[in-house]
Formats: sequence, C-alpha cells, structure tokens
Amino acid sequence: MKYSVFSLLREAFRGHAGWTPAWRKAEPKSEYDVVIVGGGGHGLATAYYLAKVHGITNVAVLEKGYIGSGNAGRNTTIIRSNYLLPGNEPFYEWSMKLWEGLEQDFNYNAMVSQRGVLNLYHSDQQRDAFARRGNAMRLHDVDAELLDRDAVRAMVPFLDYDNARFPIHGGLLQRRGGTARHDAVVWGYARGADLRGVDIIENCEVTGFDIAGGRVTGLDTTRGSIKAKKIGLAVAGNTSRVASLAGLRLPIESHVLQAFVSEGIKPAIDCVVTFGAGHFYISQSDKGGLVFGGDIDGYNSYAWRGNLPTVADVMEEGMAIWPGLGRIRMLRQWGGLMDMSMDGSPIIDRTPVAGLYLNCGWCYGGFKATPASGWCFAHLIARDEPYEVAAALRLDRYATGALIDERGAGAQPNLH
Amino acid sequence: MNAPHRLAQGGLIDRARPLSFVFDGQAYAGCAGDTLASALMANGVKLVGRSFKYHRPRGILTAGSDEPNALVELRTGPRREPNTRVTTVELYDGLVAASQNRWPSLAFDIGAVNDWLSRFLVAGFYYKTFMCPAKFWEMLYEPLIRRAAGLGRAAGAGDPDHYEKAFAHCDVLVIGGGPAGLMAALAAGRAGARVILADEDFRLGGRLLAERYEIDGKPGTEWVAEIEAELASLPDVRIMPRTTVTSVFDHGQYGAVERVNDHLPVPPEHEPRQRGWKIVAKRAVLAAGALERSIAFGNNDRPGVMLAGAVRAYANRYAAAPGRRVAVFTNNDDGWRTAADAHAAGIEVAAVIDSRAEPPAQFAALGIEVLTGAQVSHVHGGQGVRGIDVVDARGRLTKIDCDVLAVSGGWNPAVHLTCHLGGKPVWSDNLAAFTPGATPPGMHVAGAANGALTLAECLHAGVAAGAMAAVECGFPIASFMMPSAEDEASGVTALWHVEESRAKAFVDFQNDVTVEDIALANREGFSSVEHLKRYTTLGMATDQGKAANVTGLAILADVSGRAIAEVGTTTYRPPYVPVSFGAMTGHHRSRDFRPVRLAPSHQWAEEQGAVFVEAGAWLRAQYYPRDGEKDWLETVNREVTATRASVGVCDVSTLGKIEIEGADAAIFLDRVYTNTFSSLPVGKSRYGLMLREDGFVMDDGTTSRLAPERFVMTTTTAQAGRVMQHLEFCHQVLWPELDVQMVSVSEQWAQFSIAGPRSRAVLRKLVDERYDLSDKAFPHLAAKEVAVGSVTARLFRLSFSGEMAYELAVPARYGDAAIRAIMAAGEEFSMIPYGTEALGTMRIEKGHVAGNEINGQLTARDLGLGRMMSSRKDYVGRVMAQRPALLEPDRPVLVGFRPADRKARLRAGAHFIPLGATVTAANDEGHMTSVAFSPMLGHWIGLGVLKRGPQRIGERVRAYDPVRNGDVEVEICSPVFFDPEGARLYG
Ligand SMILES: Cc1cc2nc3c(=O)[nH]c(=O)nc-3n(C[C@H](O)[C@H](O)[C@H](O)COP(=O)(O)OP(=O)(O)OC[C@H]3O[C@@H](n4cnc5c(N)ncnc54)[C@H](O)[C@@H]3O)c2cc1C
Repeated sequence: MKYSVFSLLREAFRGHAGWTPAWRKAEPKSEYDVVIVGGGGHGLATAYYLAKVHGITNVAVLEKGYIGSGNAGRNTTIIRSNYLLPGNEPFYEWSMKLWEGLEQDFNYNAMVSQRGVLNLYHSDQQRDAFARRGNAMRLHDVDAELLDRDAVRAMVPFLDYDNARFPIHGGLLQRRGGTARHDAVVWGYARGADLRGVDIIENCEVTGFDIAGGRVTGLDTTRGSIKAKKIGLAVAGNTSRVASLAGLRLPIESHVLQAFVSEGIKPAIDCVVTFGAGHFYISQSDKGGLVFGGDIDGYNSYAWRGNLPTVADVMEEGMAIWPGLGRIRMLRQWGGLMDMSMDGSPIIDRTPVAGLYLNCGWCYGGFKATPASGWCFAHLIARDEPYEVAAALRLDRYATGALIDERGAGAQPNLH
Repeated sequence: MNAPHRLAQGGLIDRARPLSFVFDGQAYAGCAGDTLASALMANGVKLVGRSFKYHRPRGILTAGSDEPNALVELRTGPRREPNTRVTTVELYDGLVAASQNRWPSLAFDIGAVNDWLSRFLVAGFYYKTFMCPAKFWEMLYEPLIRRAAGLGRAAGAGDPDHYEKAFAHCDVLVIGGGPAGLMAALAAGRAGARVILADEDFRLGGRLLAERYEIDGKPGTEWVAEIEAELASLPDVRIMPRTTVTSVFDHGQYGAVERVNDHLPVPPEHEPRQRGWKIVAKRAVLAAGALERSIAFGNNDRPGVMLAGAVRAYANRYAAAPGRRVAVFTNNDDGWRTAADAHAAGIEVAAVIDSRAEPPAQFAALGIEVLTGAQVSHVHGGQGVRGIDVVDARGRLTKIDCDVLAVSGGWNPAVHLTCHLGGKPVWSDNLAAFTPGATPPGMHVAGAANGALTLAECLHAGVAAGAMAAVECGFPIASFMMPSAEDEASGVTALWHVEESRAKAFVDFQNDVTVEDIALANREGFSSVEHLKRYTTLGMATDQGKAANVTGLAILADVSGRAIAEVGTTTYRPPYVPVSFGAMTGHHRSRDFRPVRLAPSHQWAEEQGAVFVEAGAWLRAQYYPRDGEKDWLETVNREVTATRASVGVCDVSTLGKIEIEGADAAIFLDRVYTNTFSSLPVGKSRYGLMLREDGFVMDDGTTSRLAPERFVMTTTTAQAGRVMQHLEFCHQVLWPELDVQMVSVSEQWAQFSIAGPRSRAVLRKLVDERYDLSDKAFPHLAAKEVAVGSVTARLFRLSFSGEMAYELAVPARYGDAAIRAIMAAGEEFSMIPYGTEALGTMRIEKGHVAGNEINGQLTARDLGLGRMMSSRKDYVGRVMAQRPALLEPDRPVLVGFRPADRKARLRAGAHFIPLGATVTAANDEGHMTSVAFSPMLGHWIGLGVLKRGPQRIGERVRAYDPVRNGDVEVEICSPVFFDPEGARLYG
C-alpha cells in the first residue's frame, strides 16, 4: 500500500487493520542471481537499486540478526557532502543528491532534514584548512560557506565564545547537510526492495562461501546453502571476519565507536555542530534527544561496547563548546563496530574472487553514504564496472598509493 | 500550610523539620525525609505532568528512579534541570519545581488535542506521511514536530555548579543497600575485604524502608540501623548513599554518580554538586532489587493509578496517603500487602481485584472486599481516578468508586547492570520475569535482583554473595548468625493486559505506547523486539523502559504467537539512570577543558604584553605588540624587520626534544630518517626528514650529535608526541636488537632561538668566554655543550629564519632567568622578542616547510625534498614511497607564489586554477598552503603545491578562494623569497 496522508486517514477510520508488513519475512530460496550479505543500510540500498535501476530482482539480502541491527541503526545520523579530496567529494555529493529525493523515491519518510552541518574551527591554521576544503567543495559545485566568529555566534549563540580553552574562531557550514532518521532509511529501502521482489532474509548468518576455480558459486548460511551467481558483501564492521571466510585478508580493522543520546528536551540546537579542537558532534533528534558522539575508543575490537574514558572524553568535549549542557542528562550510550580502512575512505570494488564484490571501509561516516553506496554497488554488481563517482574507491589503492586520506593520518586506522 | 494527605503518625519523615516548597507557583509544606513526590502526595497534588505525545495528564506512578510520568523542571535560571523525576528529589527548603511539556498550564494543556487525534497519531504514523512537498519537511513539518516533542526545557546558560571526578578501588563493590546488599556488605566487610556499598537512595534499607517487615523480631528500619552502624564501624567499609552505580565496563570498572549536594538549594562553597566515580572492583555484588510493573488496561495512566509497592512506600515510609479510598489490582500475592498496609494506615480499601482465581489465604482476615478472577478494564476520571470498572471471570462489570488504584503486575528483577557487557537475561516462567543470564566477570547477583522471592531468601543470598566475593578476593569466611525473617513466597500468575479494555491501555507511559501500537507494529512486520522498540519508541523514554519493556515484549509475544523467551529483551544499555554532563565532565570545562602547557618564558612574555595563541596544548607568544601599533601586522612586520636588521629572540621550547643514546643510536637514526646520520660528526647538527611507514612525510627537525653514542633530536611542536611514539614503536617492535635508548626531554629544556646578524654578539656576552664562538670555531650547524654562568647549556647553530642564528638550551628551571639574561645581553643591540607569527613569516620568506605543508598528505618529493631520500640505505617509508601514485609526475609540488598585483592579499586554502580555465574540480591544480606578508619584500607571499609547479616558474595562475570571495592572480616563483643564496646564515 502506498503511504500517504490519505492512506493514513483511511486506516485511522478502520482501526489501522489494513496495514501489511513493511517487508515480507522471506524464506531463503535455493538460488539467486545476486545475494547481498548484510542487511544494513548499504546492503538494502544495493538490493533496492539493483531491482529499481537495473531490473535485477532475483536478489536476496541475508542478515544475521534483524535488519538495521548493525551500524545502520546505531549511528548519529549525520549526512553531509563536505569532503576535501576528489576521490570522495563527487561520491558523497551524489549521495546527498539521492538523499534529497529519497523519500519521494521510496515512499517512506526518512526525515531527511537539511538543517545544516557546521564544523567549528579554532585557529588560523584550521580556518585555512577548512577554507581549502570549502573551496574544494565549491569547485565540485557543492554548497559551502566559511563563517567567521560573529556569523557562528549569530547562528548558535549558546556556545562558549568567551571562556573556552580553544576559542571558536568560526566555522565551515554546509547548509544542505543535516540528519536523517536511520531506522527509517533501513525500513524504507527494505520496503522498496521487497515491493520489487527482493527477498529480505533475517536471522540468516553467512558462515562460508563456495568458491570453485576462483569464482564464487554460492554460500553457506545458518539457514542452509544458497547458490548465487554474484555475491556482494556489505557487512560493515564484520567485513574482516566475513571476507576471511572467502580467504581474503583486507586492509580493514574493526574498532568500537560509541554514541550517546540525552533525555528529550525542547528544541535547543537546530543544526549539526562539530568541535574542531577535539572530535565531537551533536545534533538534536526530532523527538528531542541530543544525539552526540566523538572519537573511536582506539583499540581493535569486535565487542559492541565502549569504555568509560571515552565516555568522559566525549562529554567533556560537549561541555567545552556548550557549557549549558551541564545539567542535561545522558540517557543511553551504545557502541557500533567500525570498519576502519587504512586511509579512512571506503572501498567499493571487485575482489580477487570472481563474482564476489566488496563494499566496506566506511569508518564512522558510512551512514551519509548509504544511498550512493547502494547505487554504486548495485551498478558495479550489475555491470561489472564501477559507477563513475565511485571509481576511485578501489581496493588496490593501498598498493598503488592512490590513497584518499582526508585527514592525512596515514595507514593507521584508529587515527582516521 | 498543612498537608491534607499527611498521615497523622508513622513514616521516616521528621515532622519537627518542616520544609516549604513551590510547585507550579503554588506554595506547599513538606518535611525533612520527604521526596518531592511524597510531599506533593501529602498535599493531595495528583496531576504532576503530561505525557510526551498525547499530552495526557499524569501523576506519580512509582516511588523510585524508574518513574516515567512525574517529571518536572527542578530549580530555576541556569540551574534549571528538565525531566527531573519527583520521586528521586529529596525535598529541601525553598525547592522550586514546575511542570513541563504543557501549555498554557498543566491543568489546561492545548497539546492534549493530540489525544483526540490519537487515532491518526499511532505508532510510526510519521514514516507514512509528511513527504510532500520535500522542502516542507524542514520548513513546516519538522519544526512543528520538534516544538511539540521534547520534554522539559534546558537551562540554556552555563551551569554555575562544580562537579568532580573521583576514583576508588575496592575488593567488593556492593550495589544496592537493601536487605541483600546490606548482608553482602556485612559478610564481605567482616571478612576483612575493602567494601564499597553504594545505594541511590539517601537512606539505606531499600524495600525495608517501604515495607512493614520485621527481621529478628525488630522493625525492618531498626534492623537496618544496626547493620549500618556495624558497617560504619568497619575500617575498610565505605558507605556511599545517594550514589547510583550506572554502568559496568570491562576489567571490573564501574561508573557511578554521587549526588553530593542535590538535596540542598545550592551546593556549599567549594563543594561539588555531583561526583562522577570510576570504581575499580575485584568483585561486585549486584543487589539492586526488583522493579514493580503495571498491567495494561483502559486508562491505566490516569493520575492516581500507581504501582502497589509505591503506594506502600508512600504510606509506610513517607506517611503520605496517595488517596482516601484505594482499590488494589494485582496478579500476585505481593499486591495484597498494599491492601493490608493501607488498611493499617487508616486508608479505606475499596476492594482487592485479583486476576487469579485463588487469592492468598493469609490476607483473608482483613475483611476487605475481594474480587477474584477479575480484572480492571477501565479507569474513570480525567485528571484523577474517580472509579474503576471491573470485569469478573463471567464477564460481569462492576463499578467501584476509588481515588487511587494500586496496581501490581509482578516484579522485574533489576537485571540491567548484568547486561552491560553483553549478558542476556533469561526468562523464568515460574517468576514470570527475566532473571540475570551470564553476568559480567566478577559480578554476583543477590536478592530480588536475582529473582529471590522472600525476605529471608534475600538475606541469605546477600550473605552468600558477599562471603563468596570476599573469598574470591582471598579473605576467609566470617562467621555469621543468619537473621530470621519472613519466608512466605509471593505467588504470581502473569497478566500483561486486560482484553476487555475500551480505552487506550498504556505500556510505555512516557512515550505513550499502547497495546494497540504494539499490535500495529507486529502487523506491519516490526515483530523483532528491537524493531518494535524502534518503531513504537517503546522503552526509549527517560526511564529507558524500566516500567515498560517487559510488559511490552510480553504483549508482543502474545500478539505474534510466540513465547516470551523466544521474543527476548532489547539490550539494557548504560547508564542505569541518566547521568548529567557535569558529572562526567568534572573540572574539565571552560578554560580547564584540557591542561595548558606554558613555555618557560611565559611569565616574562606576559609581562611584555605578548598576545598568546593556542598551539595544540601549548600557549605560545604569537606577537609582542607595542604601544601605538595599530594591528598585529604592524607588530609582526616590526619583529621580522628588527630580527633581520639586528637580533631577535623566540622561545622554541615547545619543539619536541628526544635524547637518543646507545651503541646503535646512529644506525637507529639512519633507519628512521631518510637521510644519513651515522656520518654526522660529533659536535654537529643536521636537518633530518622522517617518513611514515606509508611513505608520506611525518616530520622534520634537526638532530645533533653530542657524543659518539649520544644524539638529541628535535621534532616539530605538533608532532612531538607522535614522533616519540613512532621511535618507541620502531625500537620495541621493529628492531629490538638495536642497542639504543631514548627519552623525551621536551619538558626538561628551555630553548631559545636567537636570530639575526647580531646574534653572535649577544651570545658572546652570555656564553663563558672560554668557548670560541667565531664562525670558524662554531660554524653553521655546530652543536656543543657550553657554560652560561654556572649553568651547563647546549648551544646549536641552527636557523629557521635564514639569519645567522643559534638555539640556546638551558635546563627548563632556568628558562625564565635565561630569557631575562638574553634580553639584557641584547639590549645594546636593540634586541626584540618575536612570536610565532614572525617566526612563520621568516620561514615562509625562506621557503621552509612547516605543519601546513607537512600535512600527512604530501611526500618528500612533493615538498621539494626528494633529494633527502638516500638511495644508499634503507629507512622507514622508503619502499612505500615508491608506489606508482606517489611517483606520478602530475602530483602537486611545492613552489612559491606572489600576487601579480603586488598589493593583493593572499590566503592559504585557495585553490589554483589555470588562467582562463573554468572553475571546476577538473581544473583544480593544487592549493596554497601558507601565506605571509613579507616586510622584506613589501608584499604578500605564499607557499603552495601545484601540479608540475617547479616547471612552471614565472607562469601565472588563479588563486581561487570562493568561500572568502577571493580570486587573485598569482605568479609562480621559487619558494625561497629572501636571501636565496643563504649568505646571511654565515653572518
Ligand atoms: C556510533 C556510530 C555513529 C555513527 N555516526 C555516523 C554519522 O553521524 N554519519 C555517518 O555518515 N555515519 C555514521 N556512522 C557510520 C555508519 O553507521 C556506517 O558506516 C554504516 O551504517 C555502515 O553501513 P551499513 O549500514 O550497511 O552497515 P551495518 O548496518 O552495520 O550493516 C552490516 C550488516 O551486516 C550484517 N552481517 C554481518 N556479518 C554477517 C554475516 N556473516 N551474515 C549475514 N549478515 C551479516 C550485520 O548484522 C549488519 O546488519 C556511525 C557509526 C556508529 C557505530
């Protein structure tokens, strides 16, 4: 049933008895043209675009838990296309363009809110680095504004301008950036894919791959073996483990990133603000909770939980820019598993195993990439060639040196 | 002011200490020992809050930190705390609270129209609408939703109170001071263990405070006082009231928050409001008790519908009567206690409605009307209960008048902390509740938190867990006389919701999630508990589902035809109760957010009126303005000119300094630097370039050889830590066989750059005359230990400015004296101090790279330093630097730039576009990395990286800077702007 205010009204008068599941609880078939491993945002978006754009509908998405149980349902929901490097910026801008039409496209309100993303800077050097990035964005026809301190103050007057350890000098603003409702993105893609015939199979963990003559032919799951002509991996924080089942050792480490939400309060902050003299970002959900986070915990881990020093560090950084947070209470904290790559940028590429495709390396920025990642991965799987804006996101770039290192941090995943 | 619902006697309140308070502008009286909840109740205030979505009137449901309904804005002004649970606020004199999320008033709230519209506003309605037209979301829909949502208002202003962080270590951490926790603490304490007993209440005792239990024939509270006295007498037992253990982390770390002064209007001077604790415990005993749950039936959210145990707490502990006529609705024996206690307190009991056919025998004597096999299907009354409808087993409806309905749907063990490291609770059909599954390493669970049913069981379990924890820490078992207490188990038959309900039946009170919402979510396929939670917001309110989760998932199990065990729970996440930013931040705020590192000459520079700038953790003198100078540029120009004309001094102590010693020190340096150091003679310095393993430039600096096996390395200020880390890694992991030791001495030495044609003259006056400083004896790049007065100093002939220059290092404690001595010596040469700006200008004039160029994205070749990459030896980064993309001829390379129009200003961050080309990314050829106004040349100059830059000297490009409306034509030139031959170095 198409979702609209009319269907909602009609159902309201029938006690909402007519709604049907947003996606079927599909049972695995014995064979598919394409199997996507991982029912996060990226996997579901890939299936959606495979069906919608490429007409490939004999597709299954295999998810070991419930869809969105990974990072797709754990992130701080910031979307933006404010990247510096030419290998990244067109890709993220394509994602932003897709976000801008997403809800109408898949008929689900994902609450894409272009409320603006403001990166604060705290020194002349940082200002110039932000100018460099803003100029790069403008050269890609992406909106960017460099604000001085007064302009920032007018926009977010409650920050600490007078007594800060690292004074706020200004900010880089992308007005088209903002947030989206993460779960709704997952459900919207799932529903859209399901409507087009894709099987979404939950509680189905991939445990092995069948590889014959250097080509993948199928996979083993906790719900039996499935044959597949092509297989796409979109398992984010589990990439290194799942790829090892296919004999691949990847330039990916898994790290914990924590996120936090406060008790709900009346509207207090209207855009996304990030702190430049540390690593902290904050926005407010439509429900009223302040959603915030900071750095990864710093050590490799598959445990979905973080530790106390990072909690304290993140909250200190919050107070550092916004002293009025003192009496606001943090309600919930959780962790996700980040697929940190060696240069901090993602990979959408073929693998040495024919028919096996790879989508990973999202670090803590893959939510915003969800639409473009799905789009480009679908294109790669369907056509066996990269979609133009993702052409630089190659697996072999660590060998060739064509790195996409936004922060210049080098081949040390926990520094990105 | 007398409190109409205050019972004439009993309770743990101090009637002799009256307190006055204000709620919603109305003054009331309470007593010491009250919570805000009990004081409101004693005053007959039933309507306390409004729900989140439908703005339904709400009263007090619980008597603890699990309260979902009665949230207020406590205090005013910058101390305003939204969403404060009245049940956890200790009353103090002068307390001011206001209701929230209502307009214009609590009794008349316009937002309540949502309740009438609720048939549209079902779970997830917003996912299905508000999509067209797209931009209306940001313009219209979202602002409206945001305004309606949210609960209380944040203070806005900075928090005036202080907070502290504190750390504690113990053998046994006991969480919860009820009967099980007290026994555990005593058992461990008597055994000699270091014990911390934390309880979130301001009084120990837990449920014993709320019940009329007896232990060893004494009233429960008397027994508690005796145990507390013994605990207090044990030297290694620490009792921490008002302290909630909020979270469990790896390796026995526990987060806790102590509300040190929340029970006072304002914290006393020099005392924190709250303290955030990190407790490291070898063992923990979780004795956090159990939380009662409600039952879902029509209008079960009306003010006056309360949990049965809470009704007892108000009556017994606070001598506050929740109403005049109480009905009890229960599915278990425990609910009957409420009837008994209310009766004993002189509150009329209208009836007990027990959903089970067989009520417990022991209460028969009360002579109260009992309806068995019956259920409450409806509550009458809007802003307060006026009566209830009861359906019996045969479907007959009875209406009962009452103003309070006490509900007990059973008890959920407080398993939360057992889940923080991934433990999953397990369902017990017998208890109709989840009990702890795998617990965090080192944690024992005792008492009601573990599903213990009777007081006697709790006491025993507490002793066992405390003794076990102590034994595991290596203490003996202490002898124990087990106290005697009631041992009658409370039977329960699960009942989650009442089918016959006509009106909305709430599961999550705060978030307005109803039974219907759960059914709808299930119909739409959101049948995993996590999907249910996310789709309906069940359990996402400020109580994190303490009051709602188990009931919600039981109903989900019901509507989806699964067993509760199969449905499982959502993850219980930290913190157990919400934690303020203040408590987690402690003193790390405002200017104390991070420590400040001050250069040794800081005080002196301050006296000179220097302007300081943050450089990482350092504060450095940026420039030294003089009277009459109109802006920073004029000052900096003077500093540069004066230095180049005569002599200037700059504190460069912030540079990283690493002392490297050992037989293999030279080999080590050869391996970490691209260029060779083994050939460096003793008494000489050399500029070195270091790559990361991935072949990009990591850092640069000079290293001097003080003795055959002894070097001192300098790093940039920014990379000091990272270089040290890198060297340690190289030694410990890559080449442990090398005989080399290193230590950071950045803090040990104060170092001053003395630059300019008269620098030698100044030094001559400072350095002991037995040292020959002539150009011949102490040439450029010489390094030597010298005596300055009685101090052994190090003198290096190094130049960043391009002038003849020295760096003089003295032990840091002489730094202040040194700068004063240097300035005194330089007076006759008109010596000036210069700051980081002039330093930067001079290095740009000389084309030296710094942090803007060594940005982690550029190679040695990109920086024009390719010739420093030795081809005769191996070094870190050599192999990776040969990757094809790093050798591309098209890579941007460092060159200099000057504005075609010499009056134009340059800005770093501008991108280079060929003249006449369209401004698109495809034509982006590089960017400006650093700029300065050169007083020597009289115009702006810049360094930048440009594709094939060195081959394009003389060509012009655009420096395009749209974010600052900049677009300047610039000429490509050599990066060395001043004294290209370097003649000035030699003085
Ligand atoms: C705390 C946090 C904050 C973040 N904040 C932001 C942000 O503000 N902005 C932003 O852009 N990004 C953010 N991110 C990053 C972003 O969430 C991720 O990069 C992105 O969601 C990853 O793609 P995904 O949605 O497909 O991954 P996931 O949702 O993790 O999907 C991977 C799926 O694969 C499944 N899976 C794994 N192994 C198997 C197997 N063997 N068989 C079957 N299924 C398997 C997993 O269960 C999981 O559902 C954040 C991440 C975290 C954790």
